[in-house]
Amino acid sequence: MTSTTSTDERLKRNSLLRRALVRPELGAIGGTAAVFAFFLILAGGTQMFALDGVINWGTVSAQFIVLAVGVSLLMIAGEFDLSLGSMVGFSGMVFGLLVVHVGIPVWLAILLTFVVCALIGTINGVLVIRTGLPSFVVTLAFMFILRGATIWSAITFNKQPVVSGIGDAAAGDPIAWLFGGKAFTGLFTWLGQQGIIETYTRGTRAGQPIVDGIPMLILWAIGLVIVGQWVLTRTKFGNWIYAAGGDPQAARNVGVPVARVKVLMFIVAAICAALLGISQAIEFGSAASDRGIMKEFEAIICVVIGGALLTGGYGSVVGAALGAIIFGVVQQGLFFTNVESSLFRVFLGTILLGAVVANTYIRRSITGER
Amino acid sequence: MTTPILEMIDIQKHFGRIIALSGVSFSVMPGECHCLLGDNGAGKSTFIKTMSGAHTPTGGEMRVAGDTVHFTSPREALAAGIATVYQDLAMIPLMSVSRNFWLGREPEAGFGPLRWLDFKKADAITLEQMKQMGINLREPGQAVGTLSGGERQTVAIARAVYFGAKVLILDEPTSALGVRQTANVLTTIDRVRKKGIGVVFITHNVRHAMAVGDRFTVLNRGKTLGTADRGHISSEELQSLMAGGQELAQLEASLGKTI
Repeated sequence: MTSTTSTDERLKRNSLLRRALVRPELGAIGGTAAVFAFFLILAGGTQMFALDGVINWGTVSAQFIVLAVGVSLLMIAGEFDLSLGSMVGFSGMVFGLLVVHVGIPVWLAILLTFVVCALIGTINGVLVIRTGLPSFVVTLAFMFILRGATIWSAITFNKQPVVSGIGDAAAGDPIAWLFGGKAFTGLFTWLGQQGIIETYTRGTRAGQPIVDGIPMLILWAIGLVIVGQWVLTRTKFGNWIYAAGGDPQAARNVGVPVARVKVLMFIVAAICAALLGISQAIEFGSAASDRGIMKEFEAIICVVIGGALLTGGYGSVVGAALGAIIFGVVQQGLFFTNVESSLFRVFLGTILLGAVVANTYIRRSITGER
Repeated sequence: MTTPILEMIDIQKHFGRIIALSGVSFSVMPGECHCLLGDNGAGKSTFIKTMSGAHTPTGGEMRVAGDTVHFTSPREALAAGIATVYQDLAMIPLMSVSRNFWLGREPEAGFGPLRWLDFKKADAITLEQMKQMGINLREPGQAVGTLSGGERQTVAIARAVYFGAKVLILDEPTSALGVRQTANVLTTIDRVRKKGIGVVFITHNVRHAMAVGDRFTVLNRGKTLGTADRGHISSEELQSLMAGGQELAQLEASLGKTI
C-alpha cells in the first residue's frame, strides 16, 4: 500500500517557527526569559534573587496573577471588565466594615463578601448580555460606581477612608489564614534552624528565619493558574469559552449557551478580584478605599502580553500568568536596581504596544487574513 | 415509490402584509440531490428557514418521512435529522478543526463530576471524517482559519453528516468560491448523496446545479414554477425560468449565450 497521507499541495507547509508562533504563550515565555536575564545581569548581586527577594517579587506577581487569571478567561470569552480594580477596593471595604463595624465573624464576612462580589459580577454580565452594549461601557460605569461606593461607605461608617483592626479580628479565625497567612511555616523554621536559609541574628526575632513561610496568595495564584488553564484547554466548558469569544453567533447555532458562559466568566473575574481584596485586607490588617486603582488595566495588559486577543476567542491562562510575572519582576526589580520607579509606567506602555502588535501578526497567521 | 424524507406541501409564509411564500411544494428523497434555484428575492432564504425550523409556516404542511411535523425551533428540526449549513458556516476561524467539529457536542472522558475533553477520540474521528470527505488535514489541531472556503464548507457538511443528518440543506455553498473549490464542494455533495442522505442544494448558479442535481425546482416571487427531473430540462430553460422571463432571453440573444 502506498502512503496516501500526502498533504494538500495547495497548503504551504508551516515552518516550525511559524507553528510555534501560533501558541499564545510564546511571546510571554520570551518576555519572561528576557526580563529575568536583564535583572540577573543588573541585579544579580543584590537581594533580588535571594530567598526574601524572590518571595518579595513572587508575592507582587501573585497579586497580578490572581486578577489576570479571571481577566484572561473573561477576555477569551470576548468581554472586558473595567470595574475589577474598583472591585478589589470594594471587596476589601465590604469585608473590613463587616468585620470591624458589623462585628460578624471573619469567616462569615469572607463568605458574604464573595457572595456580594459574585452578585455584582452577575449584574455586570447580565447587563452586558441583555443590553447588547459593549462590556467596556457597562463595566466602566461600575468602575466609578464601586469606587464611589467604597469611599462613601468608608467615610460614612468609619469617618476615615481606611478601616483598620482587621488583623486582631482575623487572629484565630478558622479560615482567615487561608487568605492572609503563610504556608509551610514549620518547614521554614526547620530550614532556619538547620542553617539552610538565613535567620535574624539579633533583635526579638533572633534565630527565626527571615522568610518564615510562603504567602498564601502565591499558592492561590499557582492553584488558579493550574485550574484555569486546565478548564480552558481540557474541558468542554473551556471549548465553549473559546467559542463564546471567537464567534458568539456561530457558537449559539451549535447549541453553546453563550450568555451563560459569558455571565459565568464575569462572576469568576469578580471572585478573583474579591480574593485579592480580601487577602490584602487580612494581610495588611486594614481595608483602604484606594486599593486596586489601575489594577483592571494592569490585568488586561498581563493578559495581552500572555497572547490573548482584545477581540476574544484566543489566549491562555498560563500566558497571562507569565505576563503577570513579568510585571512583578520588573516592578520590584526597578526597586532593587535603584532605578526611578516611575519608569515602570513607561515600561508598561511600551510592552503593551509591543504585545498588541505581535498578537495582531499572530492572529493573521492563524486565520490566514491579510 | 419511496416516501420522501422531507416533504413541504403548499407552504405559505406571510410577514404581516408581505407574502414571502405563496404556496411552495418541494420534496427530497433519500440519496437525492434536489436543487432549489431562484434569483435574489425569490424567497429562497425564507423557504430554507422554514425547512430548518427557524420560521413557522403560515400555511401548508411539512412531513418528515411521511409524518406531519410542526417545528418551532431549529433545534427540533435538527433533532428530526434536518441539518442546515448556512453560507456563513458557523465555523470559528481561531479554533481548531477538531474543536469546531465537536463544538456543542464534545466527547468527554473522566470519572464522577471530573470530566475532560476526550481529545484522542475527537481528533481521530475528525481526521477520519475529513478523510472520507477528501480532505487530508495536516493535524486536527489546525485552525479552521487556515482552511480554504471550500474546505470549511466541507468541514461543516462533514459535521452535519456525522451527527446524523438525514436531510442536508446547503445554502448557496458555492456562491463565494472559486472554480476549483466549487468542484471540491460539488464532489462532497455527491459523496453525501451516496450515503443515502437527501441534499437540498440552494443556488442561483445553473451550472453548479446541473453538475450534481437529480431534480430541479425553480422558485420565483414566492412560488414554485415547477420541478423537473435531470435530463428533462436544459440549463437555458432553467436560467430563463429563474429570471422569470423574456428580458433575459433577449439579453441572452444579444450577449450570445454567455450568462
